[in-house]
Amino acid sequence: MVVRSPLVNDFRFRATVSILAVGLLFGLLLLRFAELQIWQHEAFAVKAENNRVALLPIQAPRGKILDRYGEILARNDAGFSVEIEPGRARDLKASLDRLTEILDLSPAEIRRFKRLAAEARRFDNVLLKSKLTDEQVAKLASQLDSLPGVQVLRRTVRAYPFGSQASHLLGHIGRLSKDDLERLEAGEQSQDYFGVTHMGKLGVEKSYEEVLRGEVGFQRIEITAGGRIVRELAMRPAVPGQDIILSIDFGLQQMIEQAFGERRGAMVVLSPKTGEVLAFVSMPNFNPNEFVDGIDPELWNALNTSIDKPLYNRALKGVYPPGSTYKPFMAVAALASGERKPGDTIQDPGYFMLGNHRFRDSRPEGHGTVDLKKSIVVSSDTYYYKLAIDMGVDTIHQFIMPFGFGQRSGIDVEGEVAGILPSSEWKKKRFGKEWLTGETPSIGIGQGYNAFTILQLARATASLANGGRLVRPRLVTAIQEPFTKGRTDLPREEPVALQLRPEWIELVRDAMVEVNLSGTGARAFQGAAYSAAGKTGTSQVFSIGQNERYVASRIAERLRDHSLYIAFAPANDPKVALAVVVENGGFGAAAAAPLARKALDYLLVQRAEEGKTLP
Amino acid sequence: MNSSQRRAQTGWRMVTFWLRTKFESLDQPLFWIMMGIFMVSLFAVYSASHDDPDRFIGHLRNLGMAMAIMVLLSQVPSVQIQRVAIPLYTLGLVLLVLVELFGFTAKGATRWLDLGIVRIQPSEIMKIAMPLMLAWFVHKHEGLKGLLSWAAAITILAVPTVLILKQPDLGTAILVLGSGVFVLYLAGLPWRLILWLTGTLVVAVSLLVIFGDAACANGVEWPGFREYQRQRVCTLLDPMRDPLGKGFHILQSMIAVGSGGVFGKGWMQGTQTQLEFIPERATDFIFAGYAEEFGFLGALLLVALYMGLIGRGLWIAIGAPTLFSRLLVGSLSLVIFTYAFVNLGMVVGVLPVVGVPLPFMSYGGTAMVTLGVGVGLILSIARDRSRVTQGFSLQR
Repeated sequence: MVVRSPLVNDFRFRATVSILAVGLLFGLLLLRFAELQIWQHEAFAVKAENNRVALLPIQAPRGKILDRYGEILARNDAGFSVEIEPGRARDLKASLDRLTEILDLSPAEIRRFKRLAAEARRFDNVLLKSKLTDEQVAKLASQLDSLPGVQVLRRTVRAYPFGSQASHLLGHIGRLSKDDLERLEAGEQSQDYFGVTHMGKLGVEKSYEEVLRGEVGFQRIEITAGGRIVRELAMRPAVPGQDIILSIDFGLQQMIEQAFGERRGAMVVLSPKTGEVLAFVSMPNFNPNEFVDGIDPELWNALNTSIDKPLYNRALKGVYPPGSTYKPFMAVAALASGERKPGDTIQDPGYFMLGNHRFRDSRPEGHGTVDLKKSIVVSSDTYYYKLAIDMGVDTIHQFIMPFGFGQRSGIDVEGEVAGILPSSEWKKKRFGKEWLTGETPSIGIGQGYNAFTILQLARATASLANGGRLVRPRLVTAIQEPFTKGRTDLPREEPVALQLRPEWIELVRDAMVEVNLSGTGARAFQGAAYSAAGKTGTSQVFSIGQNERYVASRIAERLRDHSLYIAFAPANDPKVALAVVVENGGFGAAAAAPLARKALDYLLVQRAEEGKTLP
Repeated sequence: MNSSQRRAQTGWRMVTFWLRTKFESLDQPLFWIMMGIFMVSLFAVYSASHDDPDRFIGHLRNLGMAMAIMVLLSQVPSVQIQRVAIPLYTLGLVLLVLVELFGFTAKGATRWLDLGIVRIQPSEIMKIAMPLMLAWFVHKHEGLKGLLSWAAAITILAVPTVLILKQPDLGTAILVLGSGVFVLYLAGLPWRLILWLTGTLVVAVSLLVIFGDAACANGVEWPGFREYQRQRVCTLLDPMRDPLGKGFHILQSMIAVGSGGVFGKGWMQGTQTQLEFIPERATDFIFAGYAEEFGFLGALLLVALYMGLIGRGLWIAIGAPTLFSRLLVGSLSLVIFTYAFVNLGMVVGVLPVVGVPLPFMSYGGTAMVTLGVGVGLILSIARDRSRVTQGFSLQR
C-alpha cells in the first residue's frame, strides 16, 4: 500500500477540480458553436452568400436619335474618362492638384466635380473629366498607382454632334440625381435603373426614355473581400435601347435656326396631312453636351439668369397673343356661328367706338368698305372689333375652341403648356370677376387675354390647310432596332374632323393667298415659286395710351411688339403649315414673314429638287 | 546467409529495437492525441494557404520542429529540467528588462529585442520559464508555508507579468500570469481566495455586459486599460457598433463559423476563408476557416482532441513522482487549455480579440516552439513517472 502525503491528496483533488472546470468551459464553448452553427446557421449562411456574390450592372447602349432622312442627332461616343471614388482617395485635395497639372483641368471642371461629389452616394465613382485624349490616358496611366481612388475607365458618353442645334427638341440626358432616385423608388421603377448612371432629363430624350434606355444587364460574380473578381456565376446581357426616328427635317431645322441668328422666338413647321413636325425651333438655344455629366454651376447660373432665357422652350411653353394671325380663325368662327355671311360688309373709319371708348385700327385712316375676305387681306382691326362685340366672348370661345386654341396639342414631348382661350367662365374662375364688354373687342384681334403657343397656332393653321381636320402633332414617327435597322412605325392618330363647310375654308384660304399677293405678306413672298397662304400678326407687349401712336424706335427693344406669321403652301394642295414668332420683332410682315418664306422655299423648292417631297 | 548479412541484420534489428524502446517510452495516449491535432492542423493550414503555398511548407517545417523538440525533450530526465529553472527564469527576466530599455517597436508595441541577425521575443521564454521557476520554488520549500514564501512566489509571478503588460502584450501577459497562477493554485492557494477572485471576476463581467453601452460611449476611460483594449472589449459586446471597422473581424469570423453548419462546406470550399473575408485566417483566426469547412462536427473533434491532451496532461501530473513535476505538468496542461479557450472564445465572439494562437493549429513558428517545449516537458515527466511506477511495482 502506497501512503501518499496530504499534499499529494490535495494536489489530486485540485487537479480533478481543474479538469472539471476545463470540461465545463469547453462545454460552454461547444454550446456557443452549436448556437452559431446549428441554431443560427441559416442566417449566417445567407450572410456568407451575400459576402461573396456581387451584382455588376452591364450598361445598355442608349438608342440613337435620327431625323427623318437618317441624320444622327444623338449618339454614344466611346472614350476614356477619369473618375474618382472620394471615399478611397487618401488626400483628395492633393490628388486633385496633381490631376489638374496632368490633365490641365479648368476651374469649371473642378467646380463641376465638387458639385457631383457632394451629390454622390458613398461608394460612387465621381466623374472628373471625360473624353480624354490618348496622350492624357498614357500620362495618367503611369501615375495611377500613386493616386488612390483615381481610375481611368472606358465609358460611353452621350454626344449631340450638332451642339446647340435642335437642343430644345432633343433635350439631353443627365446623371441620375438623388431626387431622380427617390422619384423612381416612389414609382417602383428603381429596379430598371439599378446601376444606371444617366437618364433623359428633357425633350425627346426624356419623353422617349423608356424606348431609348434599353434594359440594363447583370453579371453575378464571385468576389473576394478585397473586391477582386474570382469568377462569373451568371450573366444576363443588356438589351440595347431602340433608336428613334424623328419627323424633323434637320436641314430645315438648321436653316431656320441660322436664319433666326441672334433674335429670340419660335417656329413650328408641320405637315398638315400627318401632323408630323418638320421643324421645332426655339431660339436662343443651349448646348446639351454641357449637361450630360453635370453642368458647371457657373454656366448653369449664367444660362438661368440670362435675360434671353436660352433654357426656355418657347415653341412648347411660350404663350403669345396671336395678334392678327387670329383673324382667319375668327373669320371661320363668324361663318360657323352664323354671325356673318361672306357678303356682309362694314364701314371701317379707322376706329371702333364702344360707348365712348375708341378702339384704334392699325391704319388710322381706315380701310373703307370691308367684307370678310378683305378684312383678312388688309387686316382690318375695326372689322374684328365689331365682329367680336357682335359674337360675344363666349360664342367666340365656343367656335374657336375646335381649332385647338387654349388646349394642349398632345405632342409627344413633355412640358407642353395649354395657354388661355378666354371666356366669361374662365375669367370668373381665374379672377372671380364678371366679363366686361369692353374686354371683348381686343379678343377679336387676337390680343387681350388670348395667349397661345406657337405649336397651337401652327396646328390650327394646319387645320385650315388640310380642309378642316385637327391633327395631333408628333415628333417621333418610328422606332428602329439598332442592329437589324428594322423599323416599326408608331401608330398615327386619326385627325379630328372639324364641322366646317368647304366653302368657308376656301374663302379664308383665298383671302390668305391674297395676303401674300397684295396684302401684308406681299413683299416677303414676292416671286415665290408656289402659291402660299399666309397671315401676318403683331402682338403687343407694351400697352400704349389711348391717343398715342406706336412708334417702334421710341420704345425699348424688349418692349417692342412681337412679330408673328402663319402660312401654308402650296395653296391648292398644302404640304406645309407653319407658325412663327419673332420676339420684339415689330410688324409681322417685317421679321416673321421672311423667315416663313425661307422655310417654305427650303421645303418646296430646294428639298423638292433633291427629290425629298412631302405628302 | 553469410556473416556480413547476419551482422547487418543484427545491426538493423538493434536500430529498430532502439527506436521502438525510445518510442514506447513516450506516453502513448499523449503521442497519438498530438498526432491527431497535427493531422487536423495540416488540413486547416493547407486550406488557408491557397494564396501562398509556401505557408503550408512553412507549417510542415514548424510541425516537424515541434515534433523534434517534443521527442528530444521527452528524453531529458526531470532532474535536469529542474536545474534549468533558475537560469531560464533569470535570462527571461534580464531580457524583458532589456526590452523595456532598448526594445524594438512595431505596431505600437515594444516586444522584441533586435540582436542584429534575429529578433527575439523574450516574453515567449517566460511562458515556459514562469511555471518552471514557480514549480521549482514551491518544490524547494516543500509547499508554500508562511506569508514570506507566498510573498516571494507572488513577486516571482508579478514582476515579469507587469513587464509584459507594459509592452503592451495582453495575450502573452494572460498566458504568463495564468501559468503562474495555475502553479499556485495546484500548490494550495486557499479556496477562500480563489472563490473571492472568481466572484469578483464574474461581477465585473456581469456589470460590463449590463452597463456596456454607457462604458463604451465615446470618451469614457477605463482605469488601467489602454484605449485599444477598451475598444476590443466594446467591439466584442456589440460587433455591430462598427461593422466595417473594428467589428469586421469578429463579424466575419462568426459568419464563417455559423455558415459552416453541422457538416461544414467541405475542405477548401469555405467561401469566407477562400475569398479572404477572414482576417489572419492562417494564424489567430485559423479556427474560423476550419469550422466553416468542417462544421460543428469538425469543431467537436478538435475540442475533443484538446480535452484529451489537457486531461492526459493532468492525469500525468497526478501520477508524477515529485512535487516539482506535478506542479509543472499540471500548470503546462492548464496553460494549453488557456491558449485554446482564449483563442476559440475570440473566434466565436465571446472573448475579446487578444493575440493568442490556437495551439498546434495556428501558422507560426514561435508559438509552435513554445508549445512544443511545453508538451515535450510533459512527455519527459510522463517517462519519469512510468519508470518510477515500474520501480514501485518491482519493490512490491
